[in-house]
Amino acid sequence: MSQMNMIESIRSALDVMMDKDPTVVMMGEDIGHFGGVFRCTDGLQRKYGDHRVIDAPIAEGGIIGAAIGMGLNGLRPVPEIQFADYIYPGFDQIVSELARIRYRTCGEFFSPVTIRTPCGGGIRGGQTHSQSPEAIFAHVSGIVTVMPSNPYDAKGLLISAIESDDPVVFFEPKRIYNGPFDGDPEKPAKSWAAHPKGEVPEGHYTVPLGKAEVVREGNDLTIITYGTLVHVAEAAVEETGVDCEIVDIRTIAPLDVDTITASVNKTGRCVIAHEATRFGGFGAEIAARIQKDCFYNLEAPIRRIAGWDTPYPHAFEWQYFPGKKRLVAGIRDIMEIE
Amino acid sequence: MADKKSRLHIPQPTARPGDKPDFSYLDLSPAGAVDKPSIDSRTRDIEYLSSGLVRVLDDDHQAVGPWDPDLDSGKLQIALRWMVLNRVFDKRMWQIQRQGRISFYMEALGEEAVSVGQGMALRPGDMCFPSYRNQALYMYRGMSLVDMMCQCLSNTRDMCKGRQLPIMYHSAKANMFSISGNLATQYPHAVGWAMASAIKGEDHIAASWLGDGATAEADFHHAITFAAVYQAPVILNVVNNQWAISTFQGVAGGERRPFAARGLGLGIPGIRVDGNDFLAIYATTLWAADRARRGGGPTLIELVTYRGGAHSTSDDPTKYRPKDEWQDFPLGDPVERLKQHLISLGHWSEEQHEKLEAELTEEVTAAWKEAQQYGTMTEGPFLDPSTMFDDIYAEVPHHLESQRRRMTKVEGVNGGGSDS
Repeated sequence: MSQMNMIESIRSALDVMMDKDPTVVMMGEDIGHFGGVFRCTDGLQRKYGDHRVIDAPIAEGGIIGAAIGMGLNGLRPVPEIQFADYIYPGFDQIVSELARIRYRTCGEFFSPVTIRTPCGGGIRGGQTHSQSPEAIFAHVSGIVTVMPSNPYDAKGLLISAIESDDPVVFFEPKRIYNGPFDGDPEKPAKSWAAHPKGEVPEGHYTVPLGKAEVVREGNDLTIITYGTLVHVAEAAVEETGVDCEIVDIRTIAPLDVDTITASVNKTGRCVIAHEATRFGGFGAEIAARIQKDCFYNLEAPIRRIAGWDTPYPHAFEWQYFPGKKRLVAGIRDIMEIE
Repeated sequence: MADKKSRLHIPQPTARPGDKPDFSYLDLSPAGAVDKPSIDSRTRDIEYLSSGLVRVLDDDHQAVGPWDPDLDSGKLQIALRWMVLNRVFDKRMWQIQRQGRISFYMEALGEEAVSVGQGMALRPGDMCFPSYRNQALYMYRGMSLVDMMCQCLSNTRDMCKGRQLPIMYHSAKANMFSISGNLATQYPHAVGWAMASAIKGEDHIAASWLGDGATAEADFHHAITFAAVYQAPVILNVVNNQWAISTFQGVAGGERRPFAARGLGLGIPGIRVDGNDFLAIYATTLWAADRARRGGGPTLIELVTYRGGAHSTSDDPTKYRPKDEWQDFPLGDPVERLKQHLISLGHWSEEQHEKLEAELTEEVTAAWKEAQQYGTMTEGPFLDPSTMFDDIYAEVPHHLESQRRRMTKVEGVNGGGSDS
C-alpha cells in the first residue's frame, strides 16, 4: 500500500495495465513527452516508448476515431481528452460508432476503448474547463460511464475499464485530483494523505464497474451522489448532524439500481446531488427509478441539488457550484417534511 | 436579398434537368500520359499525380503507358465477372426494392471498377473500411450473394439480426468493416487500424472509401491529418462520382482543385485516377499499397467516375440533373471499357459476354430464391425481436434483461415502451 493522490493512482493504473498488457496504448494531447496537463501520464512515455504513449494532434474527433480503429485491430486504446469540455468534436465517433459497433455487427467487431477525461469545476476554469457532461453519455446505450470520487476507486475502476471489452467514458473530477474537497474554497486544501481511500495498492486490483458503494451508513435520509460531491455531502452531513446514508454510485451507467433503492427503501428520504446542471441531469434518471421502486416507502419528495442550469461562470463558480450550504439546506428541508 | 451585387459564390452544376450535359469542367489526360514514379518518391516530386488523370485504357480500348499493370487475360476476365455480377445484382435488388420486398437499396451503377479494381489490388489480410457503394468489395472478398440478400431482408440469416438498414453489411472473416450511415466516420477508423498494424509490426495495410460529398466532413480531415502525422500505412480513397444526392461535387469544394490534392498540404501524395478504368485503378492502388507496406505512409486516391443511377432508392435524379448525363460522361462505362479491351485482345466476345450476364443473372435469381427461405419482410421465419437487447454490451446488463422480459411478456413479442 502507498499513499497516492488521484493523479498518482490513475497513473499507477495506467502503468500497471501497460506493463501487464502490451496491447494497451494511449493517445492524447500533451500526454507523451510532457506527461499530460494534469500529469496523469507523467513518465509513461519514457517507460513504454512513444509508440504506446502517443502525443496527438489537437483533434479530439481524430483521437477518438483513430482509437476506435486501433481497438478494431486488437489494441486496447486509452485515449485522453484533455478536458471533458473538449470531448464534443469526438461526440459523433462515440455515439454513432464506438457505442454501436458491437451492436451493429452482432459482436463480430468491437473496440475496447477507454476514454479518460477530467471533468468538473472549482479550479477557476471557466465555462470551457469545468463541465460535467456525464448525463449526455449515460443517455447513450452501449457506453459505460464512470466517475470515481477517490484515489482507490479511481485506480480500481480504471483498471476494470481498460480490461473491459465495452467502451468506457471515464470522467476524472479534477477538483479532487489532489485532495478531497468539502465544497468550501476558503479552507486550506486538504491532501489525500489523511483519507482512507488515499491508501492505494501498488499492483493490480479492480473495483467492479456497475457497482455503487455506501460510503456512509445512516438511517434517516439517503444522499445519492458521485465525484466531487461525495465529499461535499460528507461535510454537509456532519454539519447537519442528520443520520444520513451516502451512496457513491461510481458508475453512472449501467446504474447500480439495487444499492440505491435498498438504501432509500430503508431511509424513506432522498437527496440527489451532482455538480452538473439540473435540467435533464442524471439526477432525474435516479429520481425516476426511486419514484418507481421506492414510492410506498418515501416519506418526502425527492430533492435534487445540482449546478444551476447555466454555463459554468468563471467569476461566480462558487455561486454555481452546489456546495455545502445548498446541501445542508436541502437535507434540512427534506427532514422537516412530516 | 439575392442580388447581382453579392460577392458570394454559390456553386452551380453545369447542367440541370433539360440542359445539355456539360463535362467541360473535368480536366482529362490522354491514356498513358501521366508518368509512373517510383514508390519511394517524395510527395513534393509527384504532385503532378494529383492534377493529371492516370489512365491506361485508351479510346481504342488498348492498354497504354507506364501504369499498365500487365495483367493476364485470365485476371481481366475475373475482374469483368465481378463487375458484371455487381451490376446484375444491383439491378435485381433495385427491382426487389421497387416491388416493396426490401425497404431500401443503393446501386453502384457506373462505379463497379472502383471496388473490383481496388479489391483485387489489396491482400486478404488488408482491412477495408468501405462506404455504401462498395458492395463488390464484399462480394470479391467472399461474402455470398445469399448473405447479402438476407441482410437486405433483415431475415433470420441476416448477419446484422435486423439491426441495420439494407446494404450495411460487415464481415470480420473477410476483413470488411461494417458500413455506417454517418458519412466519413470510417475514415479515421482506417487510419487507427493502420497505426495499430504498424505499432504491432505487421505489414497489413488499411483502406477506406468515401464520396466527394463526404470529404467535407471533419472526419475526412481528422483522418488525413492523423495519417500524415504518423505516416500510417493506409490508402484513403475518394470516389468522386460527381454527385452527392442532388449537390454536385463543387458544393463539396471540388471546383478549384481536385480532391486528390486535399492531402498535399500535409505531404500526402494524391493520385487522380480514371475511376472507370479497371487497369488504372488496379495499378494506382497497387502502387499505393506497396508504398504503404514499405513504410512510405498514406496515399490519397481520387477515383473520377460518375454515379450512373440514383443516390438510393429514395431519390429521383431526374429532378436535379439531366436525365441522360451519364451517356455524355467522357470516361464512359467501366464494364463496357473492360469488355471492349478484352475483346480487342482476342480473349472475349459479345457472345461470351451475353452468356456471362445470363449465368450471373441466373446465379442472382437462385440466390434470391434461397434467401427468401430464411424469411422476408412479410413472411416467416422471422427474427426473434428479443435479440435486440443483445450485443449492446459484452454482457447484457440487468436493466436490459429486465426490459427484454418486459417486452416479451408484458408488451408482447412485438415490442413497446418500457420503464422497468
